[in-house]
Amino acid sequence: MSQTTRRPRETPAAERIDFGYAIRPLRTRWASARVPLRLVTVAGVLFAVAAIAVILAITLGDYPMTLADVWAAITGVGESFHRTIVLEWRLPVVLAAVAFGALLGIGGAIFQSLTRNPLGSPDVIGFDAGSYTAVVLTILILGNTSYWSIASAAIIGGLLTALAVYLLAYRRGIQGFRLIIVGIGVSAMLGSINAYLITRADIDDAMTVGFWGAGSITRVSWTSMVPSLLLAVVIVVAAALLAPALRKMELGDDAAITQGARPTPARLALMVVGVGTVALVTAAAGPIGFVALVAPQLARRLTGSPGVSLLGAAAMGAALLSLAHLLALVIAQFYRTIPVGLITVCLGGIYLIWLLIRETRKEYGAPR
Amino acid sequence: MTTQLRQTGPGAGVGAPDAVPRRALFRKRAFGMVGILIALALALLASLAFGANPLSLGEVWRGFWAPDDSEASVIVWTLRVPRTVVGILVGAAYGVAGALIQALTRNPLADPGILGVNAGAGFAVTIGVGLFGLSGVSGYLWFAFAGAAAATVAVYLIGTAGRGTASPVTLVLAGVALAAVLGGFSTFLTLIDPETFRSIRSWGLGSIARTGIEDAMTVAPFLAAGLVIALLLSGSLNSIALGDDLAASLGTKVGRTRVFGILSVTLLAGGATAVTGGIGFVGLMIPHIVRWLVGPDQRWIIAYSALAAPVLVLTADVLGRVLGRPGEIEVGIVTAVLGAPVLIALVRRRKASGL
Repeated sequence: MSQTTRRPRETPAAERIDFGYAIRPLRTRWASARVPLRLVTVAGVLFAVAAIAVILAITLGDYPMTLADVWAAITGVGESFHRTIVLEWRLPVVLAAVAFGALLGIGGAIFQSLTRNPLGSPDVIGFDAGSYTAVVLTILILGNTSYWSIASAAIIGGLLTALAVYLLAYRRGIQGFRLIIVGIGVSAMLGSINAYLITRADIDDAMTVGFWGAGSITRVSWTSMVPSLLLAVVIVVAAALLAPALRKMELGDDAAITQGARPTPARLALMVVGVGTVALVTAAAGPIGFVALVAPQLARRLTGSPGVSLLGAAAMGAALLSLAHLLALVIAQFYRTIPVGLITVCLGGIYLIWLLIRETRKEYGAPR
Repeated sequence: MTTQLRQTGPGAGVGAPDAVPRRALFRKRAFGMVGILIALALALLASLAFGANPLSLGEVWRGFWAPDDSEASVIVWTLRVPRTVVGILVGAAYGVAGALIQALTRNPLADPGILGVNAGAGFAVTIGVGLFGLSGVSGYLWFAFAGAAAATVAVYLIGTAGRGTASPVTLVLAGVALAAVLGGFSTFLTLIDPETFRSIRSWGLGSIARTGIEDAMTVAPFLAAGLVIALLLSGSLNSIALGDDLAASLGTKVGRTRVFGILSVTLLAGGATAVTGGIGFVGLMIPHIVRWLVGPDQRWIIAYSALAAPVLVLTADVLGRVLGRPGEIEVGIVTAVLGAPVLIALVRRRKASGL
């Protein structure tokens, strides 16, 4: 909330002290902020990577196009057929890759920071499974497929799951690992319910069933993308406003209070925003696993920042999901279309295993 | 319940039956055995009596005892008897495999499904179907064994990457991660070439209704071998519960026990997964329920688990048939819905590490 940090004028020597992180202070008439240079640079590079991946992704598909064709279509001078393909079909999908990746990165960063545990991301704790259960129930039982009803079902399902996991893990306080195991239990249960519901849906095609279960952005169109983007903007703004409180809460609640944060309402708001990110993605694309787990941690390593940062996580998430989408399209050139969620689960799971090995070694020392 | 669980810490295993008076323990074990046998008989009858086709009990009875060409007889003998037999076999296998993994890793949260052993077997079978065109359980079997063994070793290595024993949580996370990756790759393969993988499309759901009696008989010797190894090991497992160093000083060959334990888990979980596609949480729930009846002695736990686990699998299967009408809910889904709360209850317990 408090963007303004007052700096005493009478210490010019502070400019020369090495604080470890290159920071450029930004002062305007209304607000001032410290801009960590490395974080901003890394985020910029990552968004650029995402943009390049996305442009390459537009050229790939059942109807291959050259970069020149794509450029012509975007600038509005190309053939109308090309314009339809690029603007109507492929643009919403690649926008979804960037936006959903960024949202998942933010959601992961929020929960990893709240649980103070690199494993405490919404896909491990099972929030996306809960959102997805609600979405599948809405579609199968109520037969309602309008965007808003699906999105609100996803948010309600995610919040209820978060509440259930939190209450079940609560026992004189929340302990990180108990939360994670409870989350794994809850997501195992919801996952098998989802599997049952999906196999009972009137979908004869095995491909569609596989796509539904694994999270795919290829069926995103402008009708679902426009409201998604609007909500995404709201969520990103809310997350940005809550970011200072989140950073303070990493010090522990007592220290955060002395810094002027109010932990209890801030935590509640952060949880709602975090669940919102996941729910939004799940409503439009199904559960895309492990981006939320991986993005904040990779960003932290690249930026060398002390904790997870929302901007870095968002940039890394956007880059990861765009690259995964590109990889899915490349694979589709040789074999068949596969859902992007499958790629993120395979690669993210390998990262999770590596993370576990690392954590164990850190805890007990290298093997004899 | 809490008093029983509390005295099951390390050291209560071998020579300490004094915590509970011997007679009380004996009575509990005897009543427990009677109860399990009655439950098993009821589950068996229910498994024969209930199904998608609403046959009356009389029809089932006649069809069972006088096999002829009547509809009831055909249904009972070609559908319900095979799946009941498969249910008993794989139930015993998963129950004992769970008890064995829990004892070997000293981890109360272990289960072949949670630790990714079933996923390993499933992934290997998928590879086999894709590369070598396997079909039928006898073809799946060896791939399932290889995958189960590899996954067991891998999870153990990931969990014990550092010095010292793996904490329950790390092991569970390693298993979940491994299961996610292997499951992801399996789905990946089935999606890029759906025709080849038609036979194992919905394999991950775990059902005992897919295979006939011949397949069950193909797997039965391997499951029996796994059970025998587990029973022979159970004495050594009691000293393993005290810690590796103490077990070695008591004359237990720790390394050999581990190797044979993994072999037995491989035979049991791999074989059962080859038939069913993988049923989770049975191996988690049953040993805890059984431990509550017979105390911490592994010899009793393993023997009772072999009898109690089929009750759970058959009951879950019957539940799936009754609740899922006109279709049915796969047994693996029912056990996951029943078992996840048990996992949560276990991790909420004060001493999640005590076994």
